[in-house]
Amino acid sequence: MTETLSGGETVVFWVLGPIALAGALGMVFSRNAVHSALWLVNTMLALGVFYVVQSAPFLGAAQIIVYTGAIMILFLFVLMLVGRDSSDSVVETLRGQRVAAAVLGLGFAALVGAGIARATQDLVVSGLGDDGGNANVTAIAELLYTRYLLAFEATGALLIVAAVGALVYTQIERAPGSRRGQKELARARFLTTDRPQTLPGPGVYARANSVAAPALLPDGTTTEESFATGIEPQEVDQMPRPTGREQLGSPDGALGTLDPAPSDRGDGR
Amino acid sequence: MNLLASPDQPTLEDFGHDVWWIVLIKIVGVFVVLVLMTLFAIVFERKVVARMQQRVGPNRVGPRGYLQSLADGLKLAFKEDIMPALADKPVYFLAPVIATIPAFLAFSVIPLGPTVSIFGERTPLQLTDAPIGVLVVLACSAMGIYGIVLGGWASGSTYPLLGSMRSAAQMISYEIAMGLSIVAVFLYAGTMSTSEIVAAQADGNQVSFFGWEFTGPSWFAVLLPVSFVIYAIAVVGETNRAPFDLPEAESELVGGFHTEYSSLKFALFFLAEYINMVTVSALAATLFLGGWRAPWPLSIWDGANTGWWPLLWFFLKVVAALFVFIWLRGTLPRLRYDQFMRFGWKVLVPTALVWILVVATMRTVSREADLSTGQVALFVGVPVALVVLAGLLVASRAANRDTRLMAEQASAGAVHAVDPEPEVLPPAGARRRPTGGPSRAEGGFPVPPMDLKVPPSPRLRHTAPADGAVVSTGRRGTATVEEDGDV
Repeated sequence: MTETLSGGETVVFWVLGPIALAGALGMVFSRNAVHSALWLVNTMLALGVFYVVQSAPFLGAAQIIVYTGAIMILFLFVLMLVGRDSSDSVVETLRGQRVAAAVLGLGFAALVGAGIARATQDLVVSGLGDDGGNANVTAIAELLYTRYLLAFEATGALLIVAAVGALVYTQIERAPGSRRGQKELARARFLTTDRPQTLPGPGVYARANSVAAPALLPDGTTTEESFATGIEPQEVDQMPRPTGREQLGSPDGALGTLDPAPSDRGDGR
Repeated sequence: MNLLASPDQPTLEDFGHDVWWIVLIKIVGVFVVLVLMTLFAIVFERKVVARMQQRVGPNRVGPRGYLQSLADGLKLAFKEDIMPALADKPVYFLAPVIATIPAFLAFSVIPLGPTVSIFGERTPLQLTDAPIGVLVVLACSAMGIYGIVLGGWASGSTYPLLGSMRSAAQMISYEIAMGLSIVAVFLYAGTMSTSEIVAAQADGNQVSFFGWEFTGPSWFAVLLPVSFVIYAIAVVGETNRAPFDLPEAESELVGGFHTEYSSLKFALFFLAEYINMVTVSALAATLFLGGWRAPWPLSIWDGANTGWWPLLWFFLKVVAALFVFIWLRGTLPRLRYDQFMRFGWKVLVPTALVWILVVATMRTVSREADLSTGQVALFVGVPVALVVLAGLLVASRAANRDTRLMAEQASAGAVHAVDPEPEVLPPAGARRRPTGGPSRAEGGFPVPPMDLKVPPSPRLRHTAPADGAVVSTGRRGTATVEEDGDV
């Protein structure tokens, strides 16, 4: 490592490095699957910022948009369907497998780490320098669409075929005309019945809210359409319906007396 | 690209050299602007919707009710903070924060104006910009989804979970359409940085139309109308606004993903939703409506695009876009979920892909044939747009052909257009009880059990005890004892 890091880059690295590592460890050690996914999101975000700091802004944005934004959301989507209380079982079915896995995993990590360390030991790091920024975006585009065009197209075709194949396998075939869709049903209802909408509900009164209480029309009569099926409609005894000053009286007239106000008398009907 | 359009036009090189206190002022400024815009947008929405429904709207707090959202916000902060017993506590706490922070972050790359002088320092009216400016906004909106999805999941309740599942599927689908609609803008502007996209819309295109020279419009909304329409539709889905507000469809899911949230946590969700609205409106103004540049009649005045004036044009455009959001909410009914997803995947995404193909072809043709952008847009874009419109018209006529034919037959007297006895919504098989009831129960409406006896209501007067009953009418506070005269 001949080139020293700039101040800001160092700060970002030492802040985000532990966060990324903590995310990775948290992902492995979380019991809850959704928590694991969240730790992984944490690591991926940190990686995205690392890319941006290392003058590869497009790669960073793609990492955040594609991996963190789309793929991990799909993971979460599936995990949420599993249910909240389904944590990992801690029962060991194969005896000693956990110790063996830990030893082998550590050994593998040591092998790969040592290999990479030796390979990059005397490498001169030049960095992207001024090729970061806008030039970086155009350079990626140029490589993708000239030198690696075939690989790019093949990958795209592969993904499309996989997605379409998955769709085809989940598709349920129905003989045409065997079931009427929502559109046909709605059309039939509107064209063939006198009343495409629902029937009016029962009346709701201050003294009754039973389904047996019929609704009122604006002129005060009950409407037969609101009668509930199979129940005798019950007549609701209503408060007198004050219509004007004559029935209502003067509201202040009853003040200070024991006489009820005219409309309280209940003989209005 | 016309970067030399104006000396005040910032380019990418102008960013990253600010003094620390200028950066601080800009950060605080963006924060304050967003919070104020949220307060304004809520009142504005309530006022506009009220006006559309012939009501008055909020009119109590402050002058003409314009401080209502401030009062509501304060009230919300003092409400009881409830943690549901089944909640996943850390995630439940984090979710509103995750929803809010990206919403604020996204606004950092929105250009609000040209280079101005703040306390003697020349600096662009934009917090920062990057070669990937617009992608920052996309990344932030992608992160914002997590807030909603996790909030619904962590609540430990059914309706929020359903809401969050819906929002996960919905926002990913519509983000694809939104991203694709922006690609055409990238192709035309030749950059992904927001300030340079504004610069690319600076000057009108010189168009020679049969010897008649004129300056065509340079807004991408005019040059790329299909992109603009797709963007406008997609962001409504992306911000969970009516008619695409399925994650919080109150008639189906109570409150959707935020059903269990209260107090400040709910306020954060609320804030995030409105900030997202402001951000996508600002992005629409930046990408398609010329950014902070003055619209045509104003741009004749030389000073319109210098100094602090562009701030005004920019916010006028943002408010106009907000108004469209509110207009949609006041006008359109909510879509059913399957219709909504079908529209996104089968209409928006394919249209966007074909449009990108057309735009790329137009770019290539203009480069090979040495035509100006305006000429290509005029001679290729306008015919293509007309063909697309005609195609849509024909397609909609064809899709409704059956209905039209049947409606004609129905009006001509053939009432039973489908079959003689249409089976409309048969009652559910297993639970259907044998009914001997009135025949109108066969219309397909739910039938109650036929042996149901409704007990007489104790409040019905004719079953009440015949002797004197206490009737409190609540009038004037005089509870009166009276003879029940009419039994």
